[in-house]
Amino acid sequence: MKKLSLYLGCITPNRYPGIEKATKLCLDKLNIDWVDLKGASCCPAPGVFRSFDKTTWLTLASRNIILSEEMERDVLTICNGCYASLADANRELKEDHTLKKSINFHLDTIGKSFKGSVDVRHIIELFYDELGPQKITKMIQRPVNLNVALHYGCHLVKPSAERKLGSTENPTFFDELIEATGAKSIDYPDKMVCCGAGGGVRSALLDQSLAMLNHKLARIKEAGVDCIVNACPFCHLQFDSGQAEIKEKLGIEYNIPVLHYSQLLGLAFGYSPQELGIDLNLITNNEFFETLKKSD
Amino acid sequence: MDQTDAANVLKDVSSELLTCMQCGTCSGSCPSGRYTSMVTRKIVRMARVNKRVLKDINLWMCTTCYTCQERCPRQIKITDAILAIRTITVHDGCILPEHRRVSQLVLQYGHAVPINDAVKQKRKKLGMEALPETVHKYPDALLDVQTILKSCKFDELVAEGQEE
Repeated sequence: MKKLSLYLGCITPNRYPGIEKATKLCLDKLNIDWVDLKGASCCPAPGVFRSFDKTTWLTLASRNIILSEEMERDVLTICNGCYASLADANRELKEDHTLKKSINFHLDTIGKSFKGSVDVRHIIELFYDELGPQKITKMIQRPVNLNVALHYGCHLVKPSAERKLGSTENPTFFDELIEATGAKSIDYPDKMVCCGAGGGVRSALLDQSLAMLNHKLARIKEAGVDCIVNACPFCHLQFDSGQAEIKEKLGIEYNIPVLHYSQLLGLAFGYSPQELGIDLNLITNNEFFETLKKSD
Repeated sequence: MDQTDAANVLKDVSSELLTCMQCGTCSGSCPSGRYTSMVTRKIVRMARVNKRVLKDINLWMCTTCYTCQERCPRQIKITDAILAIRTITVHDGCILPEHRRVSQLVLQYGHAVPINDAVKQKRKKLGMEALPETVHKYPDALLDVQTILKSCKFDELVAEGQEE
């Protein structure tokens, strides 16, 4: 595995720092060589900023990648949105010399230039490809006895022509990583459907965004799970903050805890929910914390 | 940008757009379409023949989940086309107020979602530094971000008072 730099994005460090802490704890436990990607900015978000102005999107994204190039490390993302922006920008600039030249014109104003010397990885595909579920199972210390509703999130697997991670309708690689922790991935209708946050919908059209979320939450509730697990802080925010907003606007209370995969894996490494910041979500379900205690 | 220019931009993104047979697989697959007024099939049709597409609020109800694009039997890059139409509308000065606000945050802080005091407290509670190792902690890095955004004229694109 190549050495990595950890790219945080916006929502992880600035809204759900527990995900950042859990990720760093897990990377250390797995003996992965990583450092902070210092001075990085917004990726910028693929749905909104890419559609506003492609040059701006590519320039800002490539600056983040260059910071990692300077350390000769691959970029590690823990967010589907950041992955979409950085991996797509990296690929487009590597493939299109003319495009690279036009973006380097802007980067020259800060004395930088994109070389195309590193790759962009998502923590889930990295764990699956470089370690694999069996190796993770061997390394964990406290198998987690939880029923999990897994949410892949759209940009981890789509567009498939770019991601090349197999089926977008019925993928299994992330489920295998869930089960590697001892948890059980429970199937539910519309599992692969969007959480409703992306593309600027959540920021500009909250009611429509929450209608989509409510559909998913209802299906997840029916499945009878202990928690939702994702690998995207924006989906995480939608599921967690969105439950509070749905309670306020629609009077429906789901009370389903939401965990990033790093936090689930952190539990399996023996860390407490408090050490992983799971108790810092808006939705804190005491029953869930009791379930975790019982499995000790 | 008029409709002819728009059509040319779209042809670059997805020349297959013209092969759409209006089967509706896109609309049937759309998670937004279940709960909003968005009808993807109509957007694809309007993009070819109808000027109103540029002002259509439904353009902004797409979460960019790519399901329509994955399932299109003609392999039309529908999501990419919607993104391209958005680019044309934004360059025409039509930006939703909330998106303008998020853009201003990136210009000011380098983050679309900047930190706040409550999260600084959460970070401390977790034994972490109040500020993350991002542009938030390194003023020179933020300056670099602002410089390249200016070079791309992003500040002008999203400036207040650009409404049509």
